[in-house]
Amino acid sequence: MGGFFKSSIGRKVAMALSAFFLMFFLLQHLAINSLSVFSPDAFNEVSHFMGTNPLVQFVLQPVLIFAVVFHFVMGFILEIKNRKAVGVTYAKNNGSANSSWASRNMIYSGLVVLAFFVLHFIDFWIPELNVKYIQGDMSGLLEGTQDFRYFEELQHKFHSHIRTIAYVVSFILLGLHLAHGFTSAFQSMGGTAGRKTVLKNIGKAYSIIIPLGFIFIALYHHFKYVLS
Amino acid sequence: MKLTLKIWRQKSANDKGKIVDYKLDDVSPDMSFLEMLDVLNQELIDKDEEPIAFDHDCREGICGMCSMYINGRAHGPDRSITVCQLHMRSFSDGDTIYIEPWRASAFPVIKDLIVDRSAFDRIQQAGGFISVNTSGNTQDANAIPIAKESADTAMDAATCIGCGACVATCKNSSAMLFVGAKVSQYALLPQGQVEAADRVKNMVAQMDLEGFGNCTNTGACEVECPKGISLDTIARMNRELMKANI
Repeated sequence: MGGFFKSSIGRKVAMALSAFFLMFFLLQHLAINSLSVFSPDAFNEVSHFMGTNPLVQFVLQPVLIFAVVFHFVMGFILEIKNRKAVGVTYAKNNGSANSSWASRNMIYSGLVVLAFFVLHFIDFWIPELNVKYIQGDMSGLLEGTQDFRYFEELQHKFHSHIRTIAYVVSFILLGLHLAHGFTSAFQSMGGTAGRKTVLKNIGKAYSIIIPLGFIFIALYHHFKYVLS
Repeated sequence: MKLTLKIWRQKSANDKGKIVDYKLDDVSPDMSFLEMLDVLNQELIDKDEEPIAFDHDCREGICGMCSMYINGRAHGPDRSITVCQLHMRSFSDGDTIYIEPWRASAFPVIKDLIVDRSAFDRIQQAGGFISVNTSGNTQDANAIPIAKESADTAMDAATCIGCGACVATCKNSSAMLFVGAKVSQYALLPQGQVEAADRVKNMVAQMDLEGFGNCTNTGACEVECPKGISLDTIARMNRELMKANI
């Protein structure tokens, strides 16, 4: 089996498996973030649960980190190998005649998503680790109050125009990445259903709804602040 | 028709090569693309210049030799054809046409528009066959009942002519449509299923060894394939390799 994952097809399968996990992660992330629009209290409760539950923190979170790092590292390795396989490029190449922009530029949409991840980690994940595991404050409370801090922190991040624009642009590129990635993952796993109407439409819907949902949440909190 | 041709010229495998411009007047729209090149070559010969080397054999769309990347597409602008089936009526008077060899590290240029596709031969030799004892009492293949759908799908895969357009058009120079077609044509038939696991393992290993890239499912190969080989063959190869390793 070790030899399988060293083969070109094995690497495709590994990319697809990590992609499935990440796509599931995005879905649950959007579901939880949506609560911040409808019910700040529910958002706080769920965030506190996710932030303190040992299964989430010490099992799912490491798996997530591994999946993210693996997907990016393997993506880069494959890109380097593929460029080597191409060698000399054409003087004239009409790629748009036979394939979509999203499918030909996964590395670029992926790089934007990677840059976004760095920003997102600096914004939320690193401060979260600092509060919980360095300062040792597992209460989830806003300093000097009896209220949860999660909703406040989320709102505060979207006060900045630049951060909001960076998030929106990143989500658009994430959408393009998903537009090809969703059905591509099924094809890599040996499924031909990705090319049939039902799954293709689910892929289209997923790649539009997920980024649009995140964009709506970012703009909602931004304009709520700007207009208040 | 008057045309400007920008053609890749390369004296040998070790030469650097470059695009050279040629003007050609009085091209008939009824000519095939290869006939147009024949006319250009005759003009070059008449001027004591080296004619352009290009591969061609059957000139009826089944040999897969005419490996040319025309105006940024494998076998030119039309769908499901080889270069010999491309006619000058697909172009307009005054057009500039780029003509380049297949580009892939695994398909090195031998001269001008001719590339070395022996990597495909080595992949075939690694497993693209069935082992049959031909000692005189060979069983008639038609004696084994085969479901019509399997027979048809296997035949569709077997129409692959090994031209290499899939590799040439792929942004990753992946050969998975070719190997997928070869794996599929045997995997779908009882005669091929006996050696299916070894076949897919050996053919994929040879494909990787030859330095072809990794498929990223852009689907460009399927669009440019002169025989319309389906991406489903790649999915089947993926399944076959997973099955062979479990």
